[in-house]
Amino acid sequence: MTQRLAGPRLGTTALIYLALAGVLVVGGAAVAMDGGNLFATANLVDMLTRTSLTGFLAIGMTLVILCRSLDLSVGYTAALSSLVAATTMDGQAGNVPLAVAAVLLVSGFVGAFNGAVTAYLGVNPFITTLGTGLIIKGYLDTQYKGPAGDVPAVFQQFGYTRIGPVPVSALVMLLVAAAAIWFLRSTRIGHHMYAVGGDADVARMSGIRTGRTLLVAHILCGMTAGAAGLLLAARFGTGSAEAYTNLYELDAIAAVVLGGTLLLGGKGGVAGTVAGVAILAVLDTVFNVLQIDPFAKDVLRGVVIIAAVAIYARRQLDRHARRPRFAEGRAS
Amino acid sequence: MTGPLLAMRGIDKAFLGVPVLSAVDLTMEPGEVHALVGENGAGKSTLMKILAGVHTADAGTIELDGRAVSFTHPLQAQQAGVASVFQEFNLLPELTVAENVHLGREPKRRMLIDRRAMTESTAAVLADLGVEDLSPAAKVGTLSVAHQQITEIAKALSQGADLICMDEPTAALADAEVELLYRLIGRLRERGTAVLYVSHRLKEIFDLCDRITVLKDGRLVDTTAAADITPDDLVAKMVGRRIEAQFPDRLPGTETGEVRLRITGGGNDRVDAIDLEVRAGEIVGLAGLQGSGRTEIAEAVFGIAPFTRGSIEVDGAPIRITKPRKAINAGIALVTEDRKAQGLALRQSVRANARMVLDANARVHSRARLARVSGLLSSLDLVARGEDQEVRFLSGGNQQKVVVAKWLAAEPGIIVLDEPTRGIDVGAKHKLYSVIRELAAEGLAVLLIASELIEVIGLADRIAVLHDGRIAAELPGGATEQQVMAYATGRGPE
Repeated sequence: MTQRLAGPRLGTTALIYLALAGVLVVGGAAVAMDGGNLFATANLVDMLTRTSLTGFLAIGMTLVILCRSLDLSVGYTAALSSLVAATTMDGQAGNVPLAVAAVLLVSGFVGAFNGAVTAYLGVNPFITTLGTGLIIKGYLDTQYKGPAGDVPAVFQQFGYTRIGPVPVSALVMLLVAAAAIWFLRSTRIGHHMYAVGGDADVARMSGIRTGRTLLVAHILCGMTAGAAGLLLAARFGTGSAEAYTNLYELDAIAAVVLGGTLLLGGKGGVAGTVAGVAILAVLDTVFNVLQIDPFAKDVLRGVVIIAAVAIYARRQLDRHARRPRFAEGRAS
Repeated sequence: MTGPLLAMRGIDKAFLGVPVLSAVDLTMEPGEVHALVGENGAGKSTLMKILAGVHTADAGTIELDGRAVSFTHPLQAQQAGVASVFQEFNLLPELTVAENVHLGREPKRRMLIDRRAMTESTAAVLADLGVEDLSPAAKVGTLSVAHQQITEIAKALSQGADLICMDEPTAALADAEVELLYRLIGRLRERGTAVLYVSHRLKEIFDLCDRITVLKDGRLVDTTAAADITPDDLVAKMVGRRIEAQFPDRLPGTETGEVRLRITGGGNDRVDAIDLEVRAGEIVGLAGLQGSGRTEIAEAVFGIAPFTRGSIEVDGAPIRITKPRKAINAGIALVTEDRKAQGLALRQSVRANARMVLDANARVHSRARLARVSGLLSSLDLVARGEDQEVRFLSGGNQQKVVVAKWLAAEPGIIVLDEPTRGIDVGAKHKLYSVIRELAAEGLAVLLIASELIEVIGLADRIAVLHDGRIAAELPGGATEQQVMAYATGRGPE
């Protein structure tokens, strides 16, 4: 503990992008040894396509986790949103703007509910959002026995069009990420999210309205889940209640944590989350190309996530070391 | 300006019916550095917290600039111009100096945070304080304690504070950093900002302060100009005369035997050069001010934060105690300072708590010992509805008896008691005093830590006085409070 590093430490975000590069190199080498090419267009498209859905969810999740909260309902909100989108569009291109607005309204409302219950009733966010998720699941299971609604071809483009190897959905996700980075840095309420998650008491003593900050984080998280729902609808061409079975919320949380945002809040950011999303996408593509058993695939993902968080935890410990009154070696 | 900046009059405060402050007055002028002194538990911190809005006074008035104020929340105090720098900083380590200074009041330009203005105004405050080596862009978590303190002071000034309360500001500072604080306080005085300086350290008080207010047992003893009083007289005022507590005498048949615990040159990052012996049948007191290293010695002996230098011998055999389990197996017991957080599983029963040490450590576990737990509890006069009552429903004194029982159950050879009577009633205190005497009579080595000097003096056969992490003196049991305080405040012999 006494050994202080002399040089400046690498920032967590830089470290995570370095890790992304490492995963690309190792993955590329593994695929090459198998006789393939990870960077062939088809594989690049696969990787980038994978980033968009988790990306939307993880961006919103970053905001709530920064506030030391959590949202386990995003997978259900996304499924609900896909149904709202598809049934409102009902095959009519003219209904698209209305559908998008309806989705953002509904998903924002779900987020507002989560945020209000957590912030003002003091319910642990784990419980709040688990409950919200169950409520939505119950509603979907009773109301929708199968796919419903019809997405017009023009909106399906959102799911499939590419510019070169880059899917439009991934570009939109990156735009949303850029907006979130700006929001956290340049708006007061975004900036205050770090304070609320870092130490709610300090934040309150500094005059920050902690409840409102948390509420806004949850609303935005709900809305990014709505965006993910729109993407699901565009890909499937219909609304799908079944989508929640994919446990997207766990992927989102994993990406956030991989991206260096502390689960305890107050530290991290969306730039890291994007890298976390990309790492998961690269791993999945590599596993696919190598045709690894899907169960072994989950084992490997689990190992990667735990290893990454263990590394962050060590760095964190070091920084919180107490300041010595007697430096080591004075008496020896 | 007419009249004082601050006038607190007739402040009363009681916690759970126990009076902590009664009829205390305090006035401060603009630009004055005013020391608030007194022994541990004299009420300094409570008075400061009332001023900061953390606590609300039960009676009395507070005037700022001639206007009556009443704070029910720290934010109100802040808005009225009273800022506080507590020992625990109110800073966010992941944010920069500038972000912390402006937290909650970020300058805006076209609805957005104006980072340049934030940096510039922070730089201006720091320049005004004469601080050159602190960058507004530095992350607070990477700063030294001194620089974090400066950040707190800068935050207070940028909030427009006219009065800054500092609670033991030098407690965590190295010598060179204390110099920096001196200069900073000098600068605040020039600006007309008043400083309420709560400290134990006489040198600092006489170096820095214009006036001194002495509290004792929650009452105002005196407020004098620093120039009109000598350090010796100040110590006498702090110690004063008090109602003599009754301590049981050393029990007949108590024999001081072999050395059971010997620390030679013990040290870690909090304490240094600790040489200490405790013999069988002996009660050794550790006295010192808060933060002087008393608890740290207990924690090192018990393996919570071990010594990294020096050696420990138990019953003559050298031993490396790296974790509490090793200490327990070596026959060491520790009654911790924080009973609720470290001593008890509050939602478990009296029985489960009293058996915990035996149940958790196979090497001290035995049927015979388990069978004796109930008898142990009743010999301590435990008052509980039954052994299956949850300990959180017991009074503080009875909770402490459960903690003592759980350690005695393991039949230790050495027992370390860290503030064993904190927050317990008089009856339980006296019971504990006699238990401590009995333990010594049975041949245990007792290391007793207490903030109440009178306890250490009344019970200990020898007293080691700590100052700044080192043993400043070893005094015989009959030492006076004044002698102990002289060493504890770092002034040396009378």
